[in-house]
This record gives sequence, C-alpha cells and structure tokens, in this order.
Amino acid sequence: MRLETRFKWLPAPILSILLFFVWLLLNNSVSAGHIVLAVILAIVIPLATSPFRTKQPLIIKPGLAIRHLFLVLYDIITANVQVAILILGPTKKLTPGFIKVPLDLTHSMPITILASTVSLTPGTVSAEVLPWSESFIEGEGSEQRFLLIHVLDLKDEQALIDTIKQRYEAPLKEIFQC
Amino acid sequence: MTEWIISILLLIGGSFVLVGSIGLVKMPDFFMRLHGPTKATTLGMAALLTAAMIFFSTTQSGFSVKEILISLFLLLTAPISAYMMIKSAIHHKLDSIDRTQGKDNIEDEL
Repeated sequence: MRLETRFKWLPAPILSILLFFVWLLLNNSVSAGHIVLAVILAIVIPLATSPFRTKQPLIIKPGLAIRHLFLVLYDIITANVQVAILILGPTKKLTPGFIKVPLDLTHSMPITILASTVSLTPGTVSAEVLPWSESFIEGEGSEQRFLLIHVLDLKDEQALIDTIKQRYEAPLKEIFQC
Repeated sequence: MTEWIISILLLIGGSFVLVGSIGLVKMPDFFMRLHGPTKATTLGMAALLTAAMIFFSTTQSGFSVKEILISLFLLLTAPISAYMMIKSAIHHKLDSIDRTQGKDNIEDEL
C-alpha cells in the first residue's frame, strides 16, 4: 500500500481536481470567471482542511477501480429490484439477522468504501466496524476487525460472507494493494 | 419520443420511491425499516434525476449536468446516514424482532 504524498501548496491533488470539476458542474458553465473561481477553491479548500485529514492510500490500479465501479452500479440496480420484491412480499417470511464479516482491509478509506457498497447492495446495511480504536484511522494495529452487517433476509450466513469477501473486498484489496 | 422516455423514467423512479416508503411503514422493527429508504430510493432518485436531465437538456438551450452531481452526492450520503442511524440504534439498544438471528453479535460488543 502506498500512501498519498503531500506537497506544500497542493496537499491533495486528486481532491483539488475533484473540487474544480464539482464547482464547474454546480454552476453548469465553463466561463472564464467560473474557471478562475474553481482554481482558487481547488487550492484553498484542501489547504484549509489538510490538518484534519489523514493520509489516504492511493488507487494503484485505476482500470480495475473503474471496472469495480460499474460492477457496483449494476449490483445497485439488481439490489433495488430485490429489496423492492422483499418489501412488497409477505413480511412474516423475512428472517432478519446480524452477521459479522471478518475484514482483511486495514485502512479507513477502503473500509469506508466497502461499508458503503455493502449498504447499497442486496438486503444488507453495514452497522459497525469492530473493534473500534484510534489506531484504526492510521491503519495501524494488527487485531482482526469485523464489519457488523444487518441483513434483511438471512438465508445462508456463510454464503453471504463469502460473496461480500470475494465480490467486493477482493477487488478493493487489489485496487489499493493493501 | 423524448416525452415517452421522460414519462417512463418518472414512473419507474416514482414507483421505486413509493416502494421504499411502503417498506418504511410495513416493516416490523427499526433495523428492517432502514433497508427500504437506503436502497429502493437510490435507484428511484437516479431515475427521477435522469428524467430531469433529459427534460432540461431538450427544452432549454445547453446541456444540463447538475443532476449527475445530485445522484453522486446521494450515493455518497445514503450509506453514511444509514450507518449513523443504525449505529445509534444499536447503542440505544432498540428492540429488534424476536426472530432476528445473531443478536449476540451486537450484545457482546457493547
């Protein structure tokens, strides 16, 4: 895993590029005035917020990241249909449950992405990362962490854990190389 | 033609948002209620915003892309708000229905 490097005047280059485009999209224009304002915001906001931010791992395989993004988008669409069917079907047949998924990821950013994808995909909402400790933010500490998940309709616990680990966690490990 | 596409997208979006709200009312406990709004509404909102994007791009001059930004922010914030709600629900020890499996997973950590 490689962490992002910091330059004095541009603490987070990727965040700056993102802010630049978000500002132009928000204003729906590419006039000269807005481009100047976007550049100023893209430099000032990362400078002002850099003391609060911890170093995040870099995306090492961008191609795989884009493929994973499309896989997740596809899964979100199927998830919506599945959850809609579960909601409209008989409520009494649903078997909800809490499960713990052991995590191999170490850094806060990949874990956040994993928790968000789990929340957006079929019948699962991530509830908690256990055990919580301050060292977790920096990616230190060696104890095994778990992601606590609430499942709307739990049928086969082990199969669900395997799906989450293979379908969502393995690509993230590859993308961030951690 | 575009009118048809916009109407179909609006209908799809509206029905998914409706299903999400039905889930909010119908489900027996708090944890199950969370599933409707976090998922069924993301696709519903995406369909509604696509319809808005097509409508404003065809009726007004220029191309409207603000809606992409809205759906992006929705995708970012929906899981985080769900996470914060379920986390506080666990810490308040809200009751989940009796047939919930793996309840010991939440009890031994608190």
